[in-house]
Formats: sequence, C-alpha cells, structure tokens
Amino acid sequence: MLDHDILIIGAGLAGMRAALSAKELGADVAVVSKVHPVRSHSNAAQGGINAALTDRGDDWRDHAYDTIKGSDFLGDQDAIALMCQEAGSEVIAMEHMGAIFNRDEDGKLGTRAFGGQREARTFFVADFTGQALLHVLYEQILKAGALVYEEWFVLSLIVRDGKCGGAVMMDIRSGRIEVVRAKAVILAAGGLGRVFEPSTNALICTGDGMSLGYRVGASLMDMEMVQYHPTTLKGSGVLISEAARGEGAYLLNSDNDRFMLKYAPEFKELASRDVVSRCEQTEINEGRGLDGCVLLDVRHLGEKYISERLSQIRELAMDFANVDMVKEPVPIMPGMHYQMGGVAANVDGETGVPGLYAAGEVACVSVHGGNRLGANSLLDTLVFGRRSGVHAAEMVKSTQHLSVDDSAADDDKKNIQKLLANDKNESFGQIRLDMGTAMKEHFGVFRDENGMREGIEKIESVKKRAEDVYVADKGSIFNTNLLFTLELGFMLECAESIAVSAATRTESRGAHTRTDLPDRDDANWLKHILVSQDEDGEQELSYKDVVITDWEPVVRQY
Amino acid sequence: MEVKFNVRRYDPESTDAVSHFQEYQMDMDDSSTVLDGLIRIREEVDGTLSLRCSCRSAICGSCAVRVNGEAGLACNTKIIDVLSEDGNTITVEPAGNLPVIKDLVVDFQPFWEKIRAVEPWLQPEGEVPETEYLAPDEDMLHLAGVVSCILCGACVSDCTVMEVDSNFLGPAALAKSYRFVGDPRDDSAQQRFKTLNEYGGVWDCTRCMKCVEVCPKGVAPMDRIMALREQVMEAGYTNTNGARHANEFINSVKHSGWLDEKKLVIKSFGIFNIKAMIGLIPLAIRSQRVGKVPPIFHKNIPGVENVRRIFEKVESKK
Repeated sequence: MLDHDILIIGAGLAGMRAALSAKELGADVAVVSKVHPVRSHSNAAQGGINAALTDRGDDWRDHAYDTIKGSDFLGDQDAIALMCQEAGSEVIAMEHMGAIFNRDEDGKLGTRAFGGQREARTFFVADFTGQALLHVLYEQILKAGALVYEEWFVLSLIVRDGKCGGAVMMDIRSGRIEVVRAKAVILAAGGLGRVFEPSTNALICTGDGMSLGYRVGASLMDMEMVQYHPTTLKGSGVLISEAARGEGAYLLNSDNDRFMLKYAPEFKELASRDVVSRCEQTEINEGRGLDGCVLLDVRHLGEKYISERLSQIRELAMDFANVDMVKEPVPIMPGMHYQMGGVAANVDGETGVPGLYAAGEVACVSVHGGNRLGANSLLDTLVFGRRSGVHAAEMVKSTQHLSVDDSAADDDKKNIQKLLANDKNESFGQIRLDMGTAMKEHFGVFRDENGMREGIEKIESVKKRAEDVYVADKGSIFNTNLLFTLELGFMLECAESIAVSAATRTESRGAHTRTDLPDRDDANWLKHILVSQDEDGEQELSYKDVVITDWEPVVRQY
Repeated sequence: MEVKFNVRRYDPESTDAVSHFQEYQMDMDDSSTVLDGLIRIREEVDGTLSLRCSCRSAICGSCAVRVNGEAGLACNTKIIDVLSEDGNTITVEPAGNLPVIKDLVVDFQPFWEKIRAVEPWLQPEGEVPETEYLAPDEDMLHLAGVVSCILCGACVSDCTVMEVDSNFLGPAALAKSYRFVGDPRDDSAQQRFKTLNEYGGVWDCTRCMKCVEVCPKGVAPMDRIMALREQVMEAGYTNTNGARHANEFINSVKHSGWLDEKKLVIKSFGIFNIKAMIGLIPLAIRSQRVGKVPPIFHKNIPGVENVRRIFEKVESKK
C-alpha cells in the first residue's frame, strides 16, 4: 500500500497546478496520470487564456459579465466573479514560471479578441497556448521534484463512512494493482469527449473522473450542457481554434454570404460558441451548406499574419483537410468539444464527499453554466486547480488517514478477472462507436423530446451489450485493450447522466437547445440539475438554484 | 484503398518473446492517416495490438513511431504519402533508440531523464516583478519555434549519434536547453553553457540533419544545437575538440581559401595530445592506401583575397 497526504488524479493543467500549490504548503503530494503529464489533453487548447488586467484598462466585472451572459445565466455568479478576479494573477504567475506569451510593442503581454467578449483579453502563445502552459507546469513539477505516477490508471476511489480516503490504481506497464491511502483526493481527470462521436477531444478523454466521483456518491451537475465548437475540420473533426475568428476569419455559406452578420449583427463570427454552432447548423439544415459544412475564410489576413499567429492551425488544415488556408477557405462544421458539467464542486474544489475534490473540466463549479466562453477553460483549470491544492493542503494538516488496507483493491481485481474471463464476443470498439453516434444524433446541437427518449433507449441497450464485452488481450503489460474496456464503463455512466439531465431540462438554454421548447424559461429553470447515485446504485435527480448576485438575467443577444 | 500494414509486434509475456512482423490487410479511405489504420486494427481486427496515441492532431506527442523506417507521428502521416509503389504496403515499427516495452510502445524513461538533465525550467535572478517580465515580441516569437516542441521523441528515435552513444543528451533535450538559453528572462546561461560544453553535450552532434528531417513540428533541433555551439564558444568555452575544430576550420579557409585537413585534425585534438596523435596513425595509413592523403604543402587558392573579403564582410555584420 502506498501513502500520501494528497493524491491528485490527472496531470493536466488543473492537476499540476493543484500539485504545485499543495506542495508549496508542505503537503506530501502525488499525482497519478494514465498518460505522461505532457500528453494530457490541456495541450489541445489553442487560442489562449482570458484575464481582465487592470493595468490594461480592463475590469474583472466586464469579464465576469461576458462569462455570465455566455453561460446563458446558468453560471453561478459568485464563482464566476472569483475566477475573473483571480485571472490576472494566474496569468502573471504562468509568465513568471516561464510561459513565453506573445507580446505587444512594449514587451508586455499582448492580447487577441475571442468569442462572446467585448474586450480583447485573451493572452496567448501563438495558437498552442495550452501546450505551452502544460509544458511550463511540467517544468515546474520537475523543478519542485513532485512525485508523478506516470502511466498509472485509476480504477476506483476508496470511501469509508462517506469519506474519501484514497484510490485503487494499476501500473499500466506491469499490470500491478496498488492501493493508495490519501487524506485528500483531487479529481483533475479532464473531460468526456469520447462519449460522443466524433469529438475534438483526445482519445484519453473518457470521463474517468466524473464516473469515479459518481460511483462514490458525488453529484454530476449541468451534464446536459455539452459544448459544440463551431469550427472543427470536415472529415477528421480536428479542432480549428477560435483564434482564427478572433484574428478576423469569416464564416461563409454556400452562397458566399457571411451569414453571422444576419444572426449576430454586433459580435458577428465572435458570438458565443453555442450561438455560432446553432447558426452554422441552421445554414446547413436549410440547404446553404456544402456537404454538411460551412466555410472558414482567413485569406484576407495575408500569409505573414497567418504564419505568425495561426501557424499550427494552418498546418492542421494542410495535414488533415488538404487545404492551405492562405489560398482557400476551409470546410468546417460544429463538433463536440467540451463538457460544461461535471462533478459538482465549490470554489475550493470541495465536492459533496468529504476528502474528495474536483477541479478543471472534470468539475462543475459552475463557472461555465450553459456555455463556456473560449479561453475560459484554461483559466478555470488554473484558478480552481490552485485553490483545490491550497484547500486540500490545509485540510490534511488536521486530518488522519482513514482505516484502509490492501483489501480495498479486491473488488477491482475481481472485476478485472471477470472481464478477462468473458467469452469471445463484441469488443469495446463497436460498442463505443454506437454509443458515440447515438449521443451525437440525439444530444447534439439541436434536441427534442422524442429524439432524446430514443437516445436514452439506445444508451440502455448499448449498456446491456457492454456487460458481456470481450477483452482480447489477456496480458498484464501495457494491456491497452483492458484499459479501453474499463474506460467504456466510465463513458457509459457519463452518457446516461447527460441523457437524463438533458431530457429533464424542459427549456432551451445555452448549449441545450430544444426545437420543441425553443425558449428560455427563467421562471422554472434558473437552476442546476444534479445527478447522483443512492446507496443502492439507483439514480437520483436533484436541483440547485443558480447563484445570482449582481447581474439579473436578460435576453441574450450578440 | 487496400492497404497492407506490416506492424512490428513484440509481446514480452509470450513464451517465445521475439519481435516479429504481423500483416493486417485493411480497406482505408484516401484521406486516412497511419494512426487511423492502427486504431482500426486494434478496434476491429486485433485488440492485442498496443500503441500510445491520444490527441490525433499532432499536439500531444504520443504516437511517434517509425513508418517505413523513418520516425514521425502516426497521426499526421497520411497513408497515401507513405505507400510503397509496388504492393500498397506500410511498415510500422516502434520508435528507435529507446527500449521496446510491447509492440509499438517504447520506454520513454531515458528520454525524460535527458530532458530533466538540462534543468528545463526558467531560472531568473533578482527580484520578481509585480507584473510580467518585459520581453521583446520578436524574442518570444523566435522561442515559440522551439517551445512548439511536443517532446514526441521522433528526433531521438532517428538520431544517428544516440544509436551509438547513449550518453549524448540528444536533439530534444538540447533544443529544450536552447529554449532557456535564448530566453531574455533566464539568467542561468553561464551554468547551462558549462553543462552543454561537457561530454554528451553540444559537441557530440554529427550534424547528420536526421532530427531536422523527422521533426513533425519544424523545431529543427540540429540548428538549435549549432546555435548553442556558437554561444558556448562566445562564452569562452574554446578548449574542446569541437571548439578548436570550428575555430581551425575558419582560420584555415580564411587564410588559404580552403581546408587544410592535416592541420584541422592536429589542431582539433591538440598537437601535444600524444594519445590522440598516435590514434590517428591507422587512419593516416588507410588514407594513404586509398590515395586520400592531402598534399604535404597546403597552398593558397588563386584569388584567396576574395575569400578573405567575404570573411571581413560577414564579420563586420556581426
């Protein structure tokens, strides 16, 4: 058995930020990640990180309001205010640690415009901001000598008398299963994109953290709020950063019209993501698309500007769509991108389960509400990652380990043995694909009652099939086949909670758009939907009022 | 399009654990990547195939493998670009210069140890400013070309020095070091130069260009190593074979218009380095045998003054 004060699950931005802040306060911290830290999905954030810096004449209140409006008034305003107030110091901290950031003429941090915001307040490293920040945090982890269990897979959380006291994990390289006793566990395991097919998300984004939390009694909140990013490449679904539109790209339909002028006269292409994705889908549905796509056009920006500020996405378009953006427009479509919902947590990362914290995409604070603004996700990971680490480090000072021993791994060992013993049958691949396709079809940009009911039935039947899933690889060393099968279990639980939450919300808000109920219903639905499991494993729904402080909900226009 | 994937397999747990090739016949779209093919193999045909992959868009650095003998990311290598002309075959093998764990999965531990060895974190001195450090945008843009390294290991896989000398820090770690040396906020260059000048450092690169060729992100590690060499010498570290070699190369061409190979060798090792001088004798004999010994008297080329003028011009521009 291994022993630590704090075990952090996930080594992306949230996890590593939490580790650094907790270690600074003297806690014995270990990070566990199923991939090496620099392979984490924080890498994929291209465009930047938002912060309203006062010495630039910006105001955190403006950032907060843009975020609240972006959330379609489902975000909790106290949490959003706090995130926006701490944004500046987090960006500066990253710069001090070594992040390079693009600069202005005076050598200060430069900004670019991003969607849904009235000020250009997005700080950036070309168009690979997430990768640049992720590598900097990894450098700091090396410098601090923080312990990382690289390529270990977490199988379950350990809970005794309702309190979290550690986790069971498997060394992918050897297949060895270990119990880790910890006074605090911080979930920082990222999102669940693979629940949908296609998705911009990496193959590792399988909702592990959400499911792990759910299984031990934590609530999943705002799960119906699934972000479709407006610009993903035709075919591969690879992400093209919002930075393209931030830098001035146009969206064109088959008539060569800049259709966003019609839908969002003020913000145009830079309206909120949910809005732009809906407009694109409407154009496509009404016959003004091209083969299921619309066009993203940056030609007017010129080659020099494009190669300085958008070099990676130019490469992506060439590699994955055979298009040189300097010369022709790129076919793009809305694609599943981000889960606004997650494990319900407060601003210090505390979940409903004592000892269990959550930060980053896995968590729902809720600062994104019905729709996340571009470049607010990196901010979310850093602010709440740091705060979780600080709170956990203080908490463990006055906390004893729970009584946990090696037998805590017995159930996981049995479960794996059972999986490996299943008869030859379907393997995870087709089951996941069917789940993903059903989720896209029934819980996509536009939803309706009948479609969602059908979707729920499909998920149930997929879940049945998964009970007898076949694992072809029987080995212990780097058995990825087994890992994918375990991930499928996590994903199915996430899919169910998304489906149930979506069918429950009888209105349209943010990314949850119902063609049968197209209006927002503030009288009944200024509240979060929470899904949890009771002691018998039965699913329970509950509700929590949205926290409204200074900003009353108004009609949302861009 | 019918494609035959020829994949190198290795199962450490099988009774006869030897690496071998296994063929998979797949019907792929024209736009598919090598990774698309490998994922379909493991999801539809053979679940026991192991490989690392995640983002599918050339940013996480997980899926570096050798395709037809050359390192690259499986995710941004299009099948159509690497098909053999005859039988529509693609050969996929694990990255080189790192021990294989299973199938296409290699042990990256030696790779990370080398990254760690260059102390890859910003080391500023003096008081931390209240707001950001000021830094020129062009310096940051220049660094962005190196910061965009995703640590995939393609360069290390195909480095011809690491193949014979595991002590070499290698292209990825040296490029990482360059990123800090070139950062106007970093104050540890002198300390870094000292390490870089040691055995295994910048002088061990043979300039074969392989790392530049295979890098999927245009980081050009070898160019960074060459830039580090210059800076190391400028910092006063001239007492190495490499530094002496570089200096004598310049002197010779500047003086005579061409390379005096005898003198270059002697000056690089140092005339009083008796052991090295004796070591050169077999080489001299072999060269003699194939008629490759340079002339005894090294004469200036006609028009040498023009060559010198070029040097003057370049030096005045520095």
